[in-house]
Amino acid sequence: MAARKESESQRTTVQKKSEREVVVTRTFDAPARLVFEAWSKPEFFKKWWVPRSMGMTLRSCELDVRPGGKYRLVFGDDPANPMAFFGEYLEVVPNKRIVWTNEESGDAGSVTTVTFEERDGKTLLVLSELYPTKEALDAAGTGAQEAMHETFGQLDELLAELSAR
Amino acid sequence: MSTANSSILNHMVQRFPTHFNASFAALADATRRGVLDQLARGDASITDLADKFEMTLTGMKKHVGVLELAGLVTTEKVGRVRTCRIGPCRLEEEMEWITRYRQVWDARFEALDGVIDELKRQEKARGRKKRK
Repeated sequence: MAARKESESQRTTVQKKSEREVVVTRTFDAPARLVFEAWSKPEFFKKWWVPRSMGMTLRSCELDVRPGGKYRLVFGDDPANPMAFFGEYLEVVPNKRIVWTNEESGDAGSVTTVTFEERDGKTLLVLSELYPTKEALDAAGTGAQEAMHETFGQLDELLAELSAR
Repeated sequence: MSTANSSILNHMVQRFPTHFNASFAALADATRRGVLDQLARGDASITDLADKFEMTLTGMKKHVGVLELAGLVTTEKVGRVRTCRIGPCRLEEEMEWITRYRQVWDARFEALDGVIDELKRQEKARGRKKRK
């Protein structure tokens, strides 16, 4: 892969808008229709949603990206012990906006809104996660994401081991 | 890593300007850092702290006041004793939460760049075929 020049605008930014809302932004060097395609077609979505560095295996990925459509992502190496993430698409505006619910944690589920804004052939992506309560947001930092954090930790350890050789 | 951290910091500074300035000012003083360290181990009265840091009561009250303004310490007066404890402003936890969140999305978006590049190539190839 060619080295990518990381410009200021291309960086991922994370901002807490309130006790219940987090906003992530990132610019992609492509028109909005391609960024939307990568989010809405399972064959592309599954190639990036769980990057290798997360160390998780995506076993199945069903996305029915239209208003009222459902999605279901199943993770885990052990088929007897799967971990599923699922919900419903509330709003879908092609090439512009997708809104979905995250229902795996029951009532404490968040609603995710992602918008694609094209400017000069580039696309500014703004993703907002709105949690029902402050506690649910705090838990999102220590729950599901902790697993990923642990994975990064494992990777760090592995890299340290390798470089110590 | 340091660029990532400073960009998080920038965003947080934009989000919490007063909060951050107060916190940094509060932490700029060695005695106040010592007081925080002490309170992290357990609650203490102003008198305890003044003794511990060999300082007058008035001097310690001033330091605690600065820490209190920054949300790093809370105090409660019961009878004649003012008890100090670690406050609600958990700077490090907040930073850690955001860092973790960012790591997840950053990793995803880097992979997404790859997928988008692939889609661009496919689109270009289709465009060439159509023109032929």
